[in-house]
Amino acid sequence: MARGILWALGVLVAVFLVAPIVAILPLSFSAGSFLFYPLPGLSLRWYEDFFASPFWLPAFWNSMGIGTAAAALATLLGTPAAFGLWRMTGAFRAVAMGVVLAPMVVPVIVVAVALLLAFGPLGLVATHTGLVIAHAMLGVPFVVVTVLASLEAFDPVQLRAAAACGAGPMRAFFRVCLPQIAPGVAAGAVFAFATSLDEVVVALFVAGPAQRTLPRQMFSGLNDQISLTTTAAAAMLVVMSVLLLLAVAWLQARGRRRLSG
Amino acid sequence: MRRPVGAALLTAPLLLFLLVTFVAPIGAFLWRGVTDDEVRPVLPRTVVALASWNGTGTPGEEAFAALVEDLRAARSGDRGAIPRAAARLNADRPGFRGLLPMTARRVEAPFEGSARAAVLAISAEWGQPETWGAIARAGGPMSSFHVLAALDLRRDATGAVRQAPEDTRVFRTVLLRSLWISLLVTAVCLALGWPLAWLIATSRGLAATLLLAAVMLPFWISLVVRTAAWMVLLQREGIVNAALQAGGIIETPLPLLMNRFAVVLGMVHILLPFMVLPLVAAFRGLDPRLPRAAASLGAAPWRVFLRVTLPLSLPGVGAGCILVFIQALGFYVTPALLGGPNDQMLAWFVGFYATRSVNWGLAAALSIVLLVAVGLCVALYGRLAGFRRPGAA
Repeated sequence: MARGILWALGVLVAVFLVAPIVAILPLSFSAGSFLFYPLPGLSLRWYEDFFASPFWLPAFWNSMGIGTAAAALATLLGTPAAFGLWRMTGAFRAVAMGVVLAPMVVPVIVVAVALLLAFGPLGLVATHTGLVIAHAMLGVPFVVVTVLASLEAFDPVQLRAAAACGAGPMRAFFRVCLPQIAPGVAAGAVFAFATSLDEVVVALFVAGPAQRTLPRQMFSGLNDQISLTTTAAAAMLVVMSVLLLLAVAWLQARGRRRLSG
Repeated sequence: MRRPVGAALLTAPLLLFLLVTFVAPIGAFLWRGVTDDEVRPVLPRTVVALASWNGTGTPGEEAFAALVEDLRAARSGDRGAIPRAAARLNADRPGFRGLLPMTARRVEAPFEGSARAAVLAISAEWGQPETWGAIARAGGPMSSFHVLAALDLRRDATGAVRQAPEDTRVFRTVLLRSLWISLLVTAVCLALGWPLAWLIATSRGLAATLLLAAVMLPFWISLVVRTAAWMVLLQREGIVNAALQAGGIIETPLPLLMNRFAVVLGMVHILLPFMVLPLVAAFRGLDPRLPRAAASLGAAPWRVFLRVTLPLSLPGVGAGCILVFIQALGFYVTPALLGGPNDQMLAWFVGFYATRSVNWGLAAALSIVLLVAVGLCVALYGRLAGFRRPGAA
């Protein structure tokens, strides 16, 4: 009896979590132009509209480009740093860890406004470079945490073995450690890409019209009349998020296999 | 010892990157909240002359003379300096935006007699202690003006801290509103998250996987998309209103958007996964033998829950609550899209003062208030959850 009530409640909450997203997706395939059911018919006209639109299409490419560049930068900086943090102990490690994780905790509005102020004199406001740097900074903690998690399962004795066989520290890292933690590094990169793809507040304050990303355009699309093209954009973001989620799940399963096998 | 040095070198590029892109910009921004540097370059002599003034009555002749000299020097220098200083003084005492440039124009021509008489002839405002108090307060370099303003406080000419006038008090309401909305969202998340987390932690197989997927999926989907979904659902002609009307529950559409209800609903939807995941971890960490032992010793189910299950899961519950609360405090997008003018939180005002009214000092002071609140929560989180080795987090 008690268990039955628990199930009913739990399932209701799960439905509450998923239903709003599921409810708006079919609207993007509507043949009509209103935001309610039943759909007058099915069509791809809103997707055609999306890909022909000077409002949405550049935003799509901006999101892809800025996300990729930010993820690459975050991974390049975050992976060696995670390796370094893994080897470190003591007070310096605690401080470094605090600095690395701080972008996760500080409210993003504070980051956005501070960057707007700092980027001004550097000429980085309304540039792709500026937005890539900002998004890489927001994505770095995810890379470090993910890579550190995969290093937990890596046996450091192997590095000593490599050194005994005459490999320098760099060679030992690239030939022994990196191949084993590669899925974790890739998962970190996916996290960083997802962070950039999701980010809207920094983009609102720091980006110019030429750097508008998909979520940024959705934000302004929502402030006006919501069109069905907006739901098509939302649907595409959902599909991308699901793909990223699956990628991370796959990479993590692979990483576990590799390190235990 | 080469290894620690090597390890430190590996972290150096990232730490340097974060120093330049994160620590320094935020430091420089927050610095503006505790300093004042717009008025001193324009009125350096006046500020010095006012240092010895006690804030009652009008200052002596030397302050008036310094003001005249400063304004004459400023008129011949940087064109933007006087309006910048006037804008800053206007934030303290309305009227300064016009008063300062006007006075500067009028004192430019040489005059006979005392500077005091000449300046008082330009505007009676210069006979008010508070006019001079505003200049003294803005003299910098360090200043409590912005932080006090962010708490609806101000100093009078004598330096005593007082309440801001009733009609200009906004920020305490905003702070309390932000705390209240965050608290409400946290409570609702806890109430909704508990049964779901318990189910996920205690069931096996497909059901558990599906429930976990229901939590993970929204976790990954863009915040703007989830907010958009609620906008579509809650519109006047939206799906919820249509369903309620079709069901005969209501006759006319309910106003479901642009209000507190929509903000809390949207925020709960976005933050619920952050509550459920720590709860699941806490419940999975419970030793299932303990409640069973309590039950076998004759405790009623409610007693088992209150005396065994609840205390054991409390650290996880606390961690989830603080995680949700911290994030809720800094919310910007969801209240901006789903709320009305009276539902905006601290973050919105930070953005507003930084961009639309270009009052960096106040934006920084509000950020300091926000960061202090978040910092207290992080410290609490550290005590509850313990900062374990982050690799395990």
